[in-house]
Amino acid sequence: MKNPFEQLDKVLEHRVRLQIMSVLAANDGFEFNALKELLNVTDGNLASNIKALEKEKYLVVSKSFVDRKPNTKYKITDRGRTAFKKHIDALEGVIKQQK
Amino acid sequence: MKDVSEYEKDLASIRSMMDRSAKFISLSGLSGILAGVYALGGATAAYFLIQYPRSPFSYRTQTISEPVTLIQLILIACVVLGASVSTGLWLTQRKTLKENTKLWTPASKLLMQKIAIPLATGGLFVLIMLYTGHFGLAAPACLIFYGLALIHGSSNTLDEIRYLGFSEIILGLICSLYPGYGLVFWAVGFGVLHIIYGAILYNKYDS
Repeated sequence: MKNPFEQLDKVLEHRVRLQIMSVLAANDGFEFNALKELLNVTDGNLASNIKALEKEKYLVVSKSFVDRKPNTKYKITDRGRTAFKKHIDALEGVIKQQK
Repeated sequence: MKDVSEYEKDLASIRSMMDRSAKFISLSGLSGILAGVYALGGATAAYFLIQYPRSPFSYRTQTISEPVTLIQLILIACVVLGASVSTGLWLTQRKTLKENTKLWTPASKLLMQKIAIPLATGGLFVLIMLYTGHFGLAAPACLIFYGLALIHGSSNTLDEIRYLGFSEIILGLICSLYPGYGLVFWAVGFGVLHIIYGAILYNKYDS
């Protein structure tokens, strides 16, 4: 059997990033402010973690205007969903191995 | 390397985030109980309007021919609906304040949208039935469309709502076999079932 620790996604080992991916995996797009309230993190913290996920092409950003106010929405990509699934499997593998 | 308990926390936070972002779970059980009580009150008023002094469980043969009676019935239904919705919003908002969450989240908006579509369709359909004189199936249509609306919305809220939806549909289908007993089935579906499911939610989630 492969070592489950090697299967863990380095980018997703960060708790906030993992939570962002969880929300995006369960929803068809999520707004910045709603994400901030749900995760209870600061603007800067959320923005930097979103940037890291965007760099990996795990999510895409769509900007639009709602009532003339800028509205930023994030969506998970297929690549992101695959990585997220693989990471969860690895997490389960690690926990199983230790028990 | 992180400790194993950290990975367990990771998994737990994934589950919690997926649930909390997609599901609105601050529904108030008490508001369900009160909605049931309002519905029973409305059904009693309707009984005195159209069926008294005959037993509420007897087969009703007379039809509603007076337009005034029909308007009074619709008025009773609207009062019950208005009272239930406003009590529900008020008590649910109180619950979100206590839990330090919000009433308007992406999940609650999605829940409202998903419930609204079958509910508005059913409401218009029933009004058209009443307008065209098809009174016999109006009560079961209310129950069936309400049940469909609940099942449609249930993926965005507590699981119990799905079972309430199935109960309403089953009751509605039985009711459609007995058109003369519409009022009794209506009282059971909107009164008794709401009180039962409201009590279940109250016991499980309200503190």
